[in-house]
Amino acid sequence: MPEVTFEGNTYVCSEEETVLECLHRHDVSIASSCLNGICQSCIMQSGDGHLPEKAQSGLKDSWRSLGYFLACQCRPTDSLQVARVDSAETKFRATLTRIEPLSSTVIGVWMRPELRFDYRPGQFVNFVREGNLIRSYSIASVPALQDELEFHVALMPEGKMSGWLHDNARAGDSLDLQGPLGSCFYVPGKSEQALLLVGTGTGLAPLYGIVRDALEAGHTGPIHLLHGALEVRGLYLVDVLRQLALEHDNFTYTPCALRTAEEQAIEYGDISELTFNHHPQLKGWRAYLCGHPDTIKPLQKKCFLAGVSMSDILVDVFLPAQ
Amino acid sequence: MSSLFEEIGGSAAVDATVDVFYRIVLADDRISRFFENTDMDQQAAKQKAFLTFAFGGPNNYSGKDMREGHAHLVADGLNESHFNAVAEDLTQALQEMGVAQNLIDQVITIAASTKNDVLGL
Repeated sequence: MPEVTFEGNTYVCSEEETVLECLHRHDVSIASSCLNGICQSCIMQSGDGHLPEKAQSGLKDSWRSLGYFLACQCRPTDSLQVARVDSAETKFRATLTRIEPLSSTVIGVWMRPELRFDYRPGQFVNFVREGNLIRSYSIASVPALQDELEFHVALMPEGKMSGWLHDNARAGDSLDLQGPLGSCFYVPGKSEQALLLVGTGTGLAPLYGIVRDALEAGHTGPIHLLHGALEVRGLYLVDVLRQLALEHDNFTYTPCALRTAEEQAIEYGDISELTFNHHPQLKGWRAYLCGHPDTIKPLQKKCFLAGVSMSDILVDVFLPAQ
Repeated sequence: MSSLFEEIGGSAAVDATVDVFYRIVLADDRISRFFENTDMDQQAAKQKAFLTFAFGGPNNYSGKDMREGHAHLVADGLNESHFNAVAEDLTQALQEMGVAQNLIDQVITIAASTKNDVLGL
């Protein structure tokens, strides 16, 4: 069995166990969140030993060469010496500037990073509080349009981060951020390509950033955004997006709700069905799909079968905190 | 003389083939049920590794991994008819890509060499 040495103690890693599971089993506190190799909050550094390829998947080259790896994805084959990553390397501080309700369950959160922060709308960052509380949120802002970072935060049942942001956080409070992470963003270059964007819930946040980024970049191809919620009151930014559609001939916005109500100009039904009613054929399109995995994963496959190239489907799945 | 992998077009050909091949496989009623609950991103990475191997490219093919990776499908009824269906789909994909028949034959020969591992024979 491989051994994991951390802060002077050596732990035996049982078969099929990740470094993170091994350390947690021995009551070593290591920050983590998604447990799927996406949020990168469990990043650690290894001084020696062979790291499995998967443990470094998705990390930037400079980090890989430093021996950084994701503890939740690392099932060691050799014994490893591991250490926490110097937090100054991966974290920076930001100050909340504004918090406003966007709907009955979603708030907009704006903040200003203390250092210059380069990102692409649609990427995500981790919010870090009190050391180990980490949650990922997508960036809805567009650097060319606003200085502040914008996020959309849904209140989760017993949500520790979302509860704090909804109930306690005030302008002037600060927190640590990690990132930016993720590859779900607009790439200039194919300005005639048709874009399909489908999001559920606060899956709208990255899409709101991507749509405005594309329009700002002078995208000329058709852009269709479908936003789905269970009920009409779960939709938000409806007026803003309708206005944006009036201002741009190539942008279409379709708000959708699963459950029926009487409001006009909202489409009712399953968002996946509504999407393919609009677009049975998607050859040559680029698709951005963001939100709950139960909706987004099947949609990813359907988009592919409708003709979108695998490399043209960008997915941001919102995994519930573990 | 250039290798099979170079003649087909290297890793760029692998990337292009994954798209065509996987779309045919998912639409193939004979085998699509085996892919119903798979994660597309993970599946695409596996297809890529498999095609790199079948194209004679640099690979980490391990008969043991192949055997373990398919064991749950064998338990679920995966048999030779399904294996042959995948081989047909691969042939169709390569034909659609305009790959020469003599190269396709070589690819299928390499792919066929995995049969015992895939089916756990």
